[in-house]
Amino acid sequence: MKPEGWRDLTPGAVILDAGNAREVKTGTWRTVDKPVFKEEHCSNCMLCWLFCPDMAVIVKDGKMVGFDYEYCKGCGICAFECPGKKGQKAIFMEEEKK
Amino acid sequence: MAVQINLKELSKKELMLSPGHRLCAGCTAPIIAKMVLLAAADYPVVANSPTGCLEVSTCISDYTAWKVPWIHTAFENAGATLSGVETMYRAWKRKGKIDKEVKFIAIGGDGGTYDIGLQSLSGAMERGHDLLYVCYDNGAYMNTGIQRSSATPLGADTTTSPAGTAVPGKVQRRKDLTRIMAAHNIPYAAQAAPSHWQDFLKKVKKALEIKGPKFINVISPCNRGWRSRLDDAIQLSRLAVQTCYWPLYEVAEGATKVTYKPREKKPIEEFLKVQGRFKHLFTPENEWIIKKFQQDIDQEWERLLQEESQSS
Ligand SMILES: Cc1ncc(C[n+]2csc(CCOP(=O)(O)OP(=O)(O)O)c2C)c(N)n1
Ligand code: SF4
Ligand code: SF4
Ligand code: SF4
Ligand SMILES: [Mg+2]
Repeated sequence: MKPEGWRDLTPGAVILDAGNAREVKTGTWRTVDKPVFKEEHCSNCMLCWLFCPDMAVIVKDGKMVGFDYEYCKGCGICAFECPGKKGQKAIFMEEEKK
Repeated sequence: MAVQINLKELSKKELMLSPGHRLCAGCTAPIIAKMVLLAAADYPVVANSPTGCLEVSTCISDYTAWKVPWIHTAFENAGATLSGVETMYRAWKRKGKIDKEVKFIAIGGDGGTYDIGLQSLSGAMERGHDLLYVCYDNGAYMNTGIQRSSATPLGADTTTSPAGTAVPGKVQRRKDLTRIMAAHNIPYAAQAAPSHWQDFLKKVKKALEIKGPKFINVISPCNRGWRSRLDDAIQLSRLAVQTCYWPLYEVAEGATKVTYKPREKKPIEEFLKVQGRFKHLFTPENEWIIKKFQQDIDQEWERLLQEESQSS
């Protein structure tokens, strides 16, 4: 929630809802490509989760399950770093259909 | 060093930096902040950042990406601010107002750390505050448009060391801040890289277990300022380590230990050629800069190995 004016600000302009940046959907920044997950090639190494600058890799119980496109900026770091399985990457970048 | 970190187990922890921050696509700064917070996951943490890309873009009014208490600090005084908070905490502890084992962590850019914040950082280190200062070094004042800092490498094209006919990029070599911090005789000073995450996380964990002032310098590739690809931040960090441009080491209680030794030192060209900020170096008239760059690296690597052999 955005304060309407200065009267709504907390003392010291402290933000009480920690992590409320999640309300800003940076997925709209993607311009060219988006990452696509191929589960059959995934070794669940978790490197994509560790390296994603935008906390956009979804992991459940030690397993990679996909991407959060509401936030993913499409940088491609996950695809670049993915070791995959048997020389086959589990992430590739694909042109976004708008 | 400490036991191996299991990523699968680690991935069950909550990330303490939220999505929705406004750092560029492919920026390394949030990766570093996220890794520091992951390594500190077992403690209550109070953090702060001096002005710079990380601070500005994680806290655009009225939103914050920080899920730990975090203080937006002016450009020059991250060290002083955190010293003050840590001192208040100690006073409260003495009075029995708090009994938690809180960890204090500053995360600042190279401009805010090597340059304008150096005296407040030096003061914090000398006074012996119980805090960890992490510098994410992207080698320029990126947030205001890629101005040179004392961390900018030799020959780099920046907006205030523009490569052209007057100067071939930055004409000075970079300041060695990690050594300056170690020279404060603090209990722990180290250099790390996000590509070598296991080493990095262990260093943060180790630092947090030590009482007193700690410093870790982390290389932070920036595709805007380095004129590099969107997707190769981690690869650039890896090349920085493999060429020994960014040696991984620690100085713990005065003893130097090189924590990663590449089997074969890659030539510095491998690191330089993939960055637009060094493009002008690959011409006959600027060849000498690459030579000088390599010489500086070789000298520093030799010095480091020597220092290590003398401390064991
Ligand atoms: C006293 C003061 N001078 C100048 C500025 C403008 N300023 C804001 S961020 C910044 C550069 C920060 O560089 P660095 O610390 O390297 O962080 P980066 O943006 O590169 O991540 C500057 C010059 C300021 N905020 N305060
Ligand atoms: S980096 Fe690749 S192999 Fe590893 S968890 Fe992610 S998708 Fe799976
Ligand atoms: S493309 Fe970039 S932002 Fe998107 S999930 Fe991969 S690493 Fe994260
Ligand atoms: S300018 Fe560089 S350091 Fe700043 S947000 Fe962009 S990529 Fe990150
Ligand atoms: Mg910088």
